[in-house]
Amino acid sequence: MCLAVPGKVLEIYDENGLSMGRIDYAGTENTACLSYCPDVTTGQYVIVHAGFALQILDEAEAMETLRTLTDLNQLIEDDRAGNGS
Amino acid sequence: MKYLTEFRDPVLARTLLDRIAAATTRSWTIMEICGGQTHSILRHGIDQLLPDEIELVHGPGCPVCVTPLETIDRALAVAARPEVIFTSFGDMLRVPGSKDDLFRVKSRGGDVRMVYSPLEAVKLARENPDREVVFLAVGFETTAPGNAMAVKQAAAEGLTNFSEIVSHVLVPPAMSAILSSPVNRVQGFLAAGHVCTIMGWGEYEPLAAKYNVPIVPTGFEPVDLLQGILACVEMLERGEARVENRYDRVVRAEGNPAARAVVDEVYEVCDRPWRGIGVIPDSGLRLREAFAAFDAERKFDVSDIAPTEPEICISGEILQGLKKPDQCPAFGNDCTPTSPLGATMVSSEGACAAYWKYHRSRL
Ligand code: SF4
Repeated sequence: MCLAVPGKVLEIYDENGLSMGRIDYAGTENTACLSYCPDVTTGQYVIVHAGFALQILDEAEAMETLRTLTDLNQLIEDDRAGNGS
Repeated sequence: MKYLTEFRDPVLARTLLDRIAAATTRSWTIMEICGGQTHSILRHGIDQLLPDEIELVHGPGCPVCVTPLETIDRALAVAARPEVIFTSFGDMLRVPGSKDDLFRVKSRGGDVRMVYSPLEAVKLARENPDREVVFLAVGFETTAPGNAMAVKQAAAEGLTNFSEIVSHVLVPPAMSAILSSPVNRVQGFLAAGHVCTIMGWGEYEPLAAKYNVPIVPTGFEPVDLLQGILACVEMLERGEARVENRYDRVVRAEGNPAARAVVDEVYEVCDRPWRGIGVIPDSGLRLREAFAAFDAERKFDVSDIAPTEPEICISGEILQGLKKPDQCPAFGNDCTPTSPLGATMVSSEGACAAYWKYHRSRL
């Protein structure tokens, strides 16, 4: 039930006094309430659960995590190559 | 999809599995709290790829599974009323009450509708002023902000025909209950990433210290889960018991303060029975007195309901990490997803349904 997926904010608008967004989930579009992410701007990714954006996805952190893991993988590969020779 | 494929990268997953294997020198039992994580672990076969010493046990993190039978029976009674449009998230529709489920109420003429957002229920109330729109508000800390906002919005618009049956549950009290049990086996936790997105991780620090367990807020993709397991194993091996966030792209220390403020405005903490487990003190949310007009259980008198649970079902022990689904005598015989006896077989996030779907049975 706590499933939440990243989507890109395409447009921000007001509906019945609530901040809403048009969100693109890799080709599928839907709307979500943006009231809990007041600082979000169009083009950013948000994590959406049951019609509400819960948090702005931190792209820098995502890249940093991936970079650290990729570097680590490289180290292990180098290590293996080194051991094998 | 962006930031999904990257965190499913098989090469990175392999690297992490190697590191977990290298870090493990003895047996450890780790519980993943969230049913979404259970599902992802079984789907990607992570449980089978880990070193034999690491046992993953499945936690109570499926709101559908732990919603008390009494609440389901009350919801069914309300949904059957002719003036009511009954709304719920899709996962609740097939959950068995004592005798019925929402689908069957619908087939007998009840106006039961699935909504994707609680704001859709508010919209239905706006558009149908002569009907009573009731929303079944279940979920953990992740779902509470949306369900609270629906009440706040209905109040702001002056809607008097919107109400909620509130059966929200909170994760940390359930973790305390598991850890303080004399038969507890859990030595480390993967905390539920999206719960932490709202709550942050401050409330886990006292738990980690009191029970001497590492707690790792973790995401849902294979690379996320393996990172979480690695962090947990490394702390266990070093004898450390801290909270270490491994879902950095989504979880901040303070969570989402705007969401927490609205939850706190609309709901208050209460004792709550968990299906199969029993009452856990301070483990639920209910509407505050100021929002009593939006409480469906007060609006419709459904207090005289006494539920009965199938005796054979061991979902309570499964939800506490004490047993696995295939240890239930009914698993796969009398109880399957098409004719479920317990909620853990109904919900797609329930451990029994996940074991059935991904053929995990040692019998
Ligand atoms: S298999 Fe069915 S009866 Fe057994 S514990 Fe799971 S839900 Fe309950």
